[in-house]
Amino acid sequence: MPRLPQLSMLCSLLLLAGCAGEPWVKPYERAHLADSIMSFNPNPVSASYLHHVYDSREGARGAGVASGGGCGCN
Amino acid sequence: MLLCGQLLAAVLPEERVDLLYHSYDGGGVEVTGPSLLLRKNIGNSVSVGLNHYVDNVSSASIDVVVTASPYTEKRVENSFAFDYLRDKSTMSLGLTRSSESDFDASTMALGVSQDMFGDLTTVSLGFAFGDNIIRQNGNDDFEETAQVRSYRLGISQIFTRNLVTALTLETITDAGYLNNPYRLVRYEDSTSSDGFSFQPEVYPETRTSTAISMRANYYLPQRAALRGAVRLFKDSWDIDATTYEIGYTFPYREDWIFDTRFRYHDQSSAEFYSDLFPFRDAQNFLARDKELSAFTSTSVGLSASYTLARGWSFIDRGSLNLELDWIHFDYADFRDLTEPGPVGEEPLYSFDAQVTRLFASFWF
Repeated sequence: MPRLPQLSMLCSLLLLAGCAGEPWVKPYERAHLADSIMSFNPNPVSASYLHHVYDSREGARGAGVASGGGCGCN
Repeated sequence: MLLCGQLLAAVLPEERVDLLYHSYDGGGVEVTGPSLLLRKNIGNSVSVGLNHYVDNVSSASIDVVVTASPYTEKRVENSFAFDYLRDKSTMSLGLTRSSESDFDASTMALGVSQDMFGDLTTVSLGFAFGDNIIRQNGNDDFEETAQVRSYRLGISQIFTRNLVTALTLETITDAGYLNNPYRLVRYEDSTSSDGFSFQPEVYPETRTSTAISMRANYYLPQRAALRGAVRLFKDSWDIDATTYEIGYTFPYREDWIFDTRFRYHDQSSAEFYSDLFPFRDAQNFLARDKELSAFTSTSVGLSASYTLARGWSFIDRGSLNLELDWIHFDYADFRDLTEPGPVGEEPLYSFDAQVTRLFASFWF
């Protein structure tokens, strides 16, 4: 199982790579990224519900797409 | 949520209305109800959102069958969201209130996100505070509280014209009454005809968890998207968990979009969890909540979305959507007490659940 610190460092390095110089993906080159099928959260209500289902029935939580409230026990 | 809604320069959330029916059916539990979301802009820099959500619960879960009686209840959740856009920054405020007969939750969330480096990078910070009131039906003298604080950092990064990633780090702390007031733990008892008895569970009054997730979406030729995600989780109760997700989204002809997905979750148990304690009050903290046990869950999902004719009056477009997920839970140390067997050697518990969302969305 991967460890949290190692994954954090790897992700940080990858993301810091984006901090240098001019944008290498120009605004006019982002048509694919703007396509609705590339959205991380195209349907917020549905995603929030599914997230709540998992949060209620699994011990892990956080760092997901959306958040809900309430107990949802049993 | 801020992080995931903004990949291409700071923008307000889409103006839309969603009407959803949801259903969860599995392990003796049925939860159904509606949800209504409305998102509207005020001018060019403010967006407000309202969400009304209802759970109608009918529970005869394994816990309920073994130690209590089946019950029904209703949970109602109302949320208000406010977003303010200024140049490349978005500030957000969210208020949520959830009520059920024995549990009230109020949550306030604040967030800020900033686009930078030619809008290739979006950094988001979020804080949420939740105040919970826990009651016990049938016991008017019982009332406890718990507070939840969440700290969240998100970074999304465009790598190529086809690849975008998102990193999220979230720490959540709980303080207060974290038990379920109804749930019991099992211990060996030679004086009982069953060979075991039950006593109330006892949890620590604090919990801190940290989760980090990495997501990536990749645009494939012929207009399709492949996505993957991994989440690592660790908490002060000694639960370690890893969750993997992959998905594939593709259009069919002009009006249809289909999505398929697979999710796998694997977690270890809390240090104070046991299916069967050796005797009553065997240790300070006691749990037999299957969500705190070691188990795996495996999900597959399918979605179909049909785009309705575009351009009616003030509505730009609409869609009808059906999303189905099937989840299999497989417990490594939670035994099915409805099945016969020597004490502590009953069959391990597992169950399947189906999660359904049927909804219509309109953008205006």
